[in-house]
Amino acid sequence: MKRTAFLIIGATAAFAAMATAGTTTPDDVTFDDYGAVSASLTGVAGDAANGRKLFANRKLGNCLACHQNNDYLEQSFHGEVGPSLDGAGDRWNEAELRGLVSNAKNTFEGTIMPAFYRTSGFYRNMEKFDGKSILSAQDVEDIVAYLLTLTE
Amino acid sequence: MIGSNLLRVASIASIATFAFGTTAANAQSLVINDEETMIIQAPAAAHLENMDEVFSGWNFRTVETQALQMDDFDNPGMIFVDQAIDQWDTVDGAAGESCGSCHEGGTAEFAGLRTVLPRWDEDAGGIQSMADYINECRTERMQAEAWTWSSSKMTAMTALIGLESRGMPVDVVIDGPAADAWELGKEIYYTRVGQLDMSCANCHEDNYDTMIRADHLSQGQINGFPSYRLKNAKLNSTHARFKGCMKNIRAKPFGEGSDEFRALELYVASRGNGLSVEGTSVRN
Repeated sequence: MKRTAFLIIGATAAFAAMATAGTTTPDDVTFDDYGAVSASLTGVAGDAANGRKLFANRKLGNCLACHQNNDYLEQSFHGEVGPSLDGAGDRWNEAELRGLVSNAKNTFEGTIMPAFYRTSGFYRNMEKFDGKSILSAQDVEDIVAYLLTLTE
Repeated sequence: MIGSNLLRVASIASIATFAFGTTAANAQSLVINDEETMIIQAPAAAHLENMDEVFSGWNFRTVETQALQMDDFDNPGMIFVDQAIDQWDTVDGAAGESCGSCHEGGTAEFAGLRTVLPRWDEDAGGIQSMADYINECRTERMQAEAWTWSSSKMTAMTALIGLESRGMPVDVVIDGPAADAWELGKEIYYTRVGQLDMSCANCHEDNYDTMIRADHLSQGQINGFPSYRLKNAKLNSTHARFKGCMKNIRAKPFGEGSDEFRALELYVASRGNGLSVEGTSVRN
């Protein structure tokens, strides 16, 4: 009886720890040698529908500013700075996409693409963005989930 | 290097064309008032390591925006030039003088000045822009208040004086005593800043002539400044534009009139050596 109670308490504590520590902070994201991030940043499955909204949101993902995307034909003026994302879900797996959105510089050295989940190492960052990433951990997961739907 | 977008613009341009360069993209020209031909494309200066040719921002605008600069009556920036003409003869300050009191030859005295600014100035001990010279006159000779860098009176006066150099190629000096500032400007140009972590070069050297959403990225040349922007319906100083760019990438901007922006102005101006001063350009 005592032992069971102990186990339950232990399990509850472990679960609580998982819930709070479930979100990986930007400085703690582990990139592999190719810039991929295999572990979810939140442990919560990405919401592709929300990711699609973030994709065009000019203050958040703003992906459309630089990337053409045939899944977004309702919006005009797709960017050309980065590659087209048509078929991105075929070309990249989830871990690779998570790495690319979090900090593409680990995959493509010197890329113009901003790191969307990074809070340190900036120069002359505006004060109001100090310590903040462009996207939240769950935003990244949502966009990754959306990008995975872009198959041809 | 110039690519598909310019070709597209060129193909639908119904404006005067002549063989300016070697590609179809260049088969258009900026002739103002049917008589003044601007140099809108030039071989890159020797100090430009990564580019072969330089292009005025006019090349990257839509046909409609381009047309606004081709006739002074259509150019909305000229309204401000008219205001500066009035200002020129307006007495201001304790000395009871106007610009015209000293400069009896009128603004024509300044033909060519815009092409060499900003420049090292021995007396000032630093890089001086047009705004500095205007303020020096105002505070020392007229004993009037200095104008702030991007005030409407300042941008209008820089436009009026700049107009005297319209068509002449930009030719700023980058060596000798200007070298240190030029190096600083270059360093700033290539340094990534802000939360978006981008340098000037990321967009204006590596990715010019591509679309960033609805905006056709230019080389960020400043030969057309002060520039009338349709976006804010006024004349914009180079320093105000630098500031706007830095804010766009979520960086803490340098101050207008700061040593950093003077240095950057010199460096960016030098990237456009060979392009015409466009007087008052019209941009998005």
